Amino acid sequence: MFDINEIEWINALYQIAAFFVLLLLLKKFAFGPVMGMMEKREKHVADQIATAEKNREESEKYLQEQRDAIQTAREEAKEIVENAKKSSENQAADIMQNARRESERMKENAKQEINTEKAQAISALREQVSTLSVLVASKVIEKELDEREQEKLIQETLKEVGEDL
Amino acid sequence: MDNQFLTVDLFGIPWMTVNVPNILLITAAMAIVFFVVFFMTRRIEMYPTGAQNAIEYLVQFIKNIISSTMDWERGKNFFMLGITLILYVFVANMMGVPFELATAGEHYVWWNSPTSNPVLTLSLALFVILLTHYYGIKLKGPKEYGKDYLRPVGFLLPFKLIEEFSNTVTLGMRLFANIYAKEVIIVMLVGLGTSSLFWVFGAFLPLVIFQAFSVFIGSLQAFIFVMLTMVYMAHKVNEEH
Repeated sequence: MFDINEIEWINALYQIAAFFVLLLLLKKFAFGPVMGMMEKREKHVADQIATAEKNREESEKYLQEQRDAIQTAREEAKEIVENAKKSSENQAADIMQNARRESERMKENAKQEINTEKAQAISALREQVSTLSVLVASKVIEKELDEREQEKLIQETLKEVGEDL
Repeated sequence: MDNQFLTVDLFGIPWMTVNVPNILLITAAMAIVFFVVFFMTRRIEMYPTGAQNAIEYLVQFIKNIISSTMDWERGKNFFMLGITLILYVFVANMMGVPFELATAGEHYVWWNSPTSNPVLTLSLALFVILLTHYYGIKLKGPKEYGKDYLRPVGFLLPFKLIEEFSNTVTLGMRLFANIYAKEVIIVMLVGLGTSSLFWVFGAFLPLVIFQAFSVFIGSLQAFIFVMLTMVYMAHKVNEEH
């Protein structure tokens, strides 16, 4: 009933051989390149993701740096403004004080000058008066004159004195 | 219904019987697979379009089948086997769906699904099983491979041996039986449809439905064949510790 000769051994062998050839052909011409490209793409995608991740981290770092820099700049600006305010206040106070001192000093000087002038004037006047009285007395004594003469003399002397002064 | 195949005894030697139409059909199936895939993969680009997408989907599909049974590091050895198997079995299964050719008087068949021949399916199954043994020895070493027959306990050895045999037979016979049954039913429906004018209308709708079902069966059997191949392969190459 079952004859081993009836089995188509050649067909079986042919199919296996053809299958093997097909496998090799497909590998060489079709799936080899496809698999290669898929692997390449996988690698590409992985690389891209890695790069993106790196870039993101970097940008976050930069952002943090920027934020810090802005914070520092703000603080510095505040400090500068405060300093400026303080120094201007100080300066204003200084100027005021200086001016006050200067005016005080000038007033003092003026007072002193006035006093000196006054003293000089008084002493000069005193001298004049003494000289004058001596002059008048000597004139009177020199000439015993009548009332008209006397009047004339006084006028003369006064004139002389006036010229002298 | 007495289909027969033109057979020739090569050189007149009785065991060198050649089934001529089957040889041609195997070649046709292989050629279809090769040229379709060949022309679908002419333009391989980094950003896939059209045919390349389809091919890559298939590649991913086979990868998933293999990954579901073993780790990819080991499974990538069998990728080409899996993808060639599924393409060949699928195309072979589909070949008998649209039409079949047979001579009028003697019913010499010239075109059908090559997988409806038990010799071809069993030889393919045997090939696959032998490959699992080969890779079992190659990847695990002869000692580990031999020990596998005694795991988990020694007295299971006869069952293990029977399993090897039955795996081969069921793997081949499942494919053969499904496709053969499909062929028989299609031939019967076509025969019915051409028997009289009345049955042209009566058999047309069932035939259409059954052809759709045949496509489903063919795809499913191709998938199952590859899936089981990978399962048997995983049995042999996976470390079971």
